[in-house]
Amino acid sequence: MTEALLQVQGLKKHFPVTRGWREEKVLVRAVDGVDFSIRRGETLGLVGESGCGKTTVGRLILRLIDPTEGEVLFEGRNLASLEKKEIHPLRRFFQIIFQDPFASLNPRMTVSEIVGRPMEIHGLSERSRREEKVAGLLQSVGLMREHLGRYPHEFSGGQRQRIGIARALATQPSLIVADEPTSALDVSVQAQILNLLKKLQRDLGLTYLFISHNIGVVRHISDRVAVMYLGKIVEMGEKKILFRSPAHPYTKALLAAVPSLDPKRKRGEVILEGDVPSPIKPPPACRFHTRCSDALPKCREEEPLFHQIEDGRWISCHLYP
Amino acid sequence: MNPLLSVKDLKVHFLTAGRTVRALDGVSFEIEEGKTFGLVGETGCGKSVTALSVLRLIPFPPGKIMGGEIHFRGRNLLALSEDEIRSIRGREISMIFQEPMTSLNPVFRIGEQMSEVIRLHQGLAHSQAWAKAEEMLERVQIPDARRLAKQFPHQLSGGMRQRVMIAMELSCHPYLLIADEPTTALDVTIQAQILRLIKEMKKELHTSILLITHDLGVIAEMCDRVGVMYAGSIVEEAGVEEIFETPQHPYTQGLWGAIPRIDEEKEALSVIPGMVPDLSNPPAGCRFHPRCAHRFEPCDQSAPSLFSVGPGHRVACFLYGARRGHD
Repeated sequence: MTEALLQVQGLKKHFPVTRGWREEKVLVRAVDGVDFSIRRGETLGLVGESGCGKTTVGRLILRLIDPTEGEVLFEGRNLASLEKKEIHPLRRFFQIIFQDPFASLNPRMTVSEIVGRPMEIHGLSERSRREEKVAGLLQSVGLMREHLGRYPHEFSGGQRQRIGIARALATQPSLIVADEPTSALDVSVQAQILNLLKKLQRDLGLTYLFISHNIGVVRHISDRVAVMYLGKIVEMGEKKILFRSPAHPYTKALLAAVPSLDPKRKRGEVILEGDVPSPIKPPPACRFHTRCSDALPKCREEEPLFHQIEDGRWISCHLYP
Repeated sequence: MNPLLSVKDLKVHFLTAGRTVRALDGVSFEIEEGKTFGLVGETGCGKSVTALSVLRLIPFPPGKIMGGEIHFRGRNLLALSEDEIRSIRGREISMIFQEPMTSLNPVFRIGEQMSEVIRLHQGLAHSQAWAKAEEMLERVQIPDARRLAKQFPHQLSGGMRQRVMIAMELSCHPYLLIADEPTTALDVTIQAQILRLIKEMKKELHTSILLITHDLGVIAEMCDRVGVMYAGSIVEEAGVEEIFETPQHPYTQGLWGAIPRIDEEKEALSVIPGMVPDLSNPPAGCRFHPRCAHRFEPCDQSAPSLFSVGPGHRVACFLYGARRGHD
């Protein structure tokens, strides 16, 4: 087993919000105690439905927002406790690719400026050599030198996502957080971007935290997968094992809900009833007990610990003591 | 038996800033009574335009139905007057959209919006219509329907709103339900609930469905027959099992291979090179030929018509038939 590049422990983010005409102050428990680590060179897929906190986890790791509690150890340094000034020089080592390739590129900047800017900010190349480097990066993501002087609106969604990837690579990072990078794209373009991300990982030894609600995509790209529900990871393990034999009742229901591409195969009848509860007032004890068909009396009384049930397989569920 | 809906050689153009976008270039398909027909394709292929054309909801300008016929229960919808088509919308053919929030009016209570539809189409009094609305909400398995009828759309979750839309659209027992990406805005576990509901309602009310989606999984789960659209026309049409087992058109094959599956491992996904063409200046001949690995000499000369490759399986590709396009 290779060393961990990133270790996250007890990470929490509670957003204060005011609610209703009485302006009652409440906390949204977006991320409520998350532990995981990512090994150098692997892809950890973080999957879950809207509002489960997966995007917040991505932003906390990059310290784009400040955590309420917990540690984020990146190559042994705790990013969560560093001063803003101390983080700045480290930022070149962890970058992000966003979901919306239309909103995440400045429409007034040329491709050359967009991709060259991170190098400029981190003082990574002299001005004279910058354009050359940018052209090289464009080539590595499947774009061309001619694109240097063009503006984002001249590109299709898939090409813009390639520009976003080139920008993330500009500082030679070791960790990339990819937050739903293909959700806005058509499947044929999505396939191109996923293949590109895999190739770049092989060539450059990158480590990915890949956040997505699309279970097929997560399965394709990840080495290990963590499933989130209401601010917590409910199950985490090697992709092959997790997909072959999901253990947590939520993971089972989530996988069963994905329509199969085989029209002859009938859906297993584990359909979850109801909606996800509010993260303002999550159910006590196990958060999934209100929708869980296997819930025990204990599940309403005591919160299950996130623990290892076999090598590399973590779960928080009372069914697995 | 005559099909419930039959679309023949439908052509729709959009006229913008001196350009003509040929959004639909001769689309034909049929829906049998009680069956679900799926239209699948990527952004801009014309699947939503097809759906809107059936209800004559294409905004003019810029859109215009340039030719073709749409036969529904013995009448050509394209030849009806504005009043006549209005009496069909909502009563005989109704439609649910992708984003349930924008299809519901935010300032009216759910029961109010639903009973308006029922009053209009069934001529019931206000109190009867409200009772009918509550009954429909119960039928789509909304817990505590009486309370929900008094709520406003913003108080509901996305899945609940889509249930309300389904209840509203089915309250007049339409012959045909058009569902345009009905679960795209929903999470996968909620999608499973809504798909199950649509299937149950279809069985109960014997409604036919035109289902439009980009999600092949939804197609596999819901449809009896499938049409694959590319750049404004149907390139392949077959029964659902057939098209998933033996896709024939190079585009269909490419699309199928591009999907990361949850039940299968593959190292690299297959990729369709190039991009979707600009429909104001589409490629000559077969619109897919610039991206096709199998192209040969007839492909840039004329557009292939649909060739039969098996019972109920048709493919618009010269690989499967002699060249007899209409140049």
